[in-house]
Amino acid sequence: MSPWRLAARRFRRNRPAVRGAAVVLLLALGAVAAPLVTADPLAQPDPVRLQDRPPSLAHPLGTDPFSRDVLSRTLHGARVSLVVGVGAALLAVTLGAGVGLAAGLAGRRTDQLLMRGVDVAIALPRILLLLAVFAVWEDAPAAAVVGLIAATGWFQTSRIVRAAVLSLREADFVVAARAIGAPAAGIVRRHLLPHVAAPVIVSASLDVGNIILLEAGLSYLGLGVRPPTPTWGNMIMDGKDVLLSAPWVALAPGLALVATVVAFNLAADGLRDAFDPRTAA
Amino acid sequence: MTGATARAPLLELRDLAVRFTGPDGVARAVDGIDLTVAEGETVGLVGESGCGKSVTTLAILRLVEPPGHIAHGSSVRLEGRDLLALGPKEIRAVRGNHVALVFQDPLSALNPVLRIGAQIAEAIRAHESVTRSTARWRAVEMLAAVGIPDAERRAAAYPHQLSGGMRQRVVLAMALACRPKLLLADEPTTALDVTIQAEILELLDALQRKLGMAVLLVTHNLGIVAERTRRVYVMYAGQIVEEASTERLFAQPAHPYTEGLLAAIPRLEERRARLQAIPGQVPPATAWPAGCRFHPRCPHAWEKCAAEEPPLLDAGARHKARCWLVEEPMRRKK
Repeated sequence: MSPWRLAARRFRRNRPAVRGAAVVLLLALGAVAAPLVTADPLAQPDPVRLQDRPPSLAHPLGTDPFSRDVLSRTLHGARVSLVVGVGAALLAVTLGAGVGLAAGLAGRRTDQLLMRGVDVAIALPRILLLLAVFAVWEDAPAAAVVGLIAATGWFQTSRIVRAAVLSLREADFVVAARAIGAPAAGIVRRHLLPHVAAPVIVSASLDVGNIILLEAGLSYLGLGVRPPTPTWGNMIMDGKDVLLSAPWVALAPGLALVATVVAFNLAADGLRDAFDPRTAA
Repeated sequence: MTGATARAPLLELRDLAVRFTGPDGVARAVDGIDLTVAEGETVGLVGESGCGKSVTTLAILRLVEPPGHIAHGSSVRLEGRDLLALGPKEIRAVRGNHVALVFQDPLSALNPVLRIGAQIAEAIRAHESVTRSTARWRAVEMLAAVGIPDAERRAAAYPHQLSGGMRQRVVLAMALACRPKLLLADEPTTALDVTIQAEILELLDALQRKLGMAVLLVTHNLGIVAERTRRVYVMYAGQIVEEASTERLFAQPAHPYTEGLLAAIPRLEERRARLQAIPGQVPPATAWPAGCRFHPRCPHAWEKCAAEEPPLLDAGARHKARCWLVEEPMRRKK
C-alpha cells in the first residue's frame, strides 16, 4: 500500500479529525451555496421595523441593526473567511516551499542570504504591518488581503522545507538517485518534493485557522475587506453595540468563527498524525 | 598480454584526494590514492570505518558534496577519459550508465514513497530515451534478472514491503539497469544476515560474469575479499597502505596494519580466549600522525616511522606496501 494511502487510512481512523474535516466541508458547501439559498446579504428590506429582530421563520438567525438577514450574512461571511484563509495559506506555503527548496539546494552563500532575510522578516510585527498597510489602502480587494497575509506568512514554512531538504540531500536514496545519473529536476520532483509535502501540508492546514482569525481581526477593525461586504469580523463589530439587546447579531458570526477555526485545527492535527504516526499523542 | 598492458585500465585513480573543510580544520579524508581496476576485474578495497573507503567511491562519481571537495591535482580516469574534467551533463551520463554505485543499507538507498519498479525505470530513463512503458517493462525484466520471484507484481511494491535481501536485489537491479562497465559496491552485504550475504554475493558474481563488468568491492570483511577478489588495496587513514594480489596479501602481508587485520579474523581451529585486536583507533582525519600514519598503533615502529612518511615501497611481485619494513626487514620484532 502506498504511503499516501496509509496516511489517508490513519486519517480516516482519527474521529476528531474526520469531524473537523466534515465541518470544514459543510462550511465550504454553505459558502458556495450561500447566494442560492439565502437572501441578498446587503438587502435592507425595512430599516425601521426589521431592525435587530430575533430569529424567526423569515430570518432564522434574526436581523442586524441595518435590518439585514444574519444567516445570509454569516454564510456570505464564510466565503471571505474561507477564501482568505485557504487562499493565503496555500499561497504562503507555496512561497515558503519555493524559498526553502532554493535555500536548501543552492550553495552556501544563497542559503545564508535567504535565511538571514527570513530571520529578519520573522521579527517583523505582522499585525502592525497589516494594520498600517490596510489603514492606508482603503479599498483593498480581497486578493490584496490574501496576497499580503501570504507575503507575511511564509517564513516558518521556508525554514521547515529548508531543514527537510538539507537532511534529505544527504539521504542515501537521494545520493543513489544522483549516482544513477538522474537529472536534478527529476530528483527534486520525485525524491525531494514528496518528502517535504507532508510537513508542508500540515503547516498549511495549521495556518488556515490562524489566518481566518487574523482576517476576522482586521475586518473587526474595519480594515481589509470592508463593509458592506459581510465578513465575520465586521459582523461581530456590528453586533457589539447591541450585544445585550440583540445577541444573535454577534453570536452567529462569532460561533461560526470559533467552529471553523476549531474544525481546521482538528483536521490539521489529524493530518499531522496521519503523516507522522510517531508524533500522535 | 602485450596488447593488454598498453591499453588504459578501465578505472585509474591518480593521486585522488578529498578534503572536508570543517570547524576542526581541514580533514584529509582521502589523501592521494592511486588505484586501478581493469576491465572485468574484481578488486577489493579494505579498511576500517573512517579510513576513506566510501568517500573514495563517491569521489569517483563526483558525488562528494560541500563542505567536501576533490583536491586539485587529483585524477579519475575511466577508459582514459578524465571524469574530473567533465561538465555536469557529461558526468551525469557516466553515472549509472558506465559506473554504478551500490550502498551498504538497501533500505535507505530506496525511496520509501516510490514503487520499486518506478525507481529502476528512473535509472533507465535517465540514460535512454525510451517510453515509460518500455522502461517499466525493462525494470520488470531487471527485477527478474536479480532473482526476484513474481517480478511483474513485485514491481508495484514499495520498499518497506520487501525483506532486506530482496531490497538489496532491487538496489542491484537499479544499479545494473544500464549495464555499467564498473560497479562500485560499498559494503553491499554489511547490513544483511550472513546467509543472505552469501546469496547476494553469489548473485553479484553471476551478474558480473553475465554483464562482463568490473567490480570495486569496498568492505571491511576480509572473508569476502578472500573469496571474491583477485587483487586488494588496503586503506588506512586516507591512504593506500598495501596493494597485492589477494593470494599474496593473505599469504605474506607486508604492512603491519594488514597483518593486524588478518590476525583479527576469528578462527575456529585456534581457541584463543580473546580475539586479537589492533590496539588504538583510527586517528581523526583532521590530524593524521606525522611520519607513518600507522606508527602510533604499530608493534614494530621505530624512530624513522615517526619522522618520515614511507612511500608505497615495492615488495616484489606487483606487491607494494607503505612501510619502512619493506626496506629494513631486520627491524621486524618477533
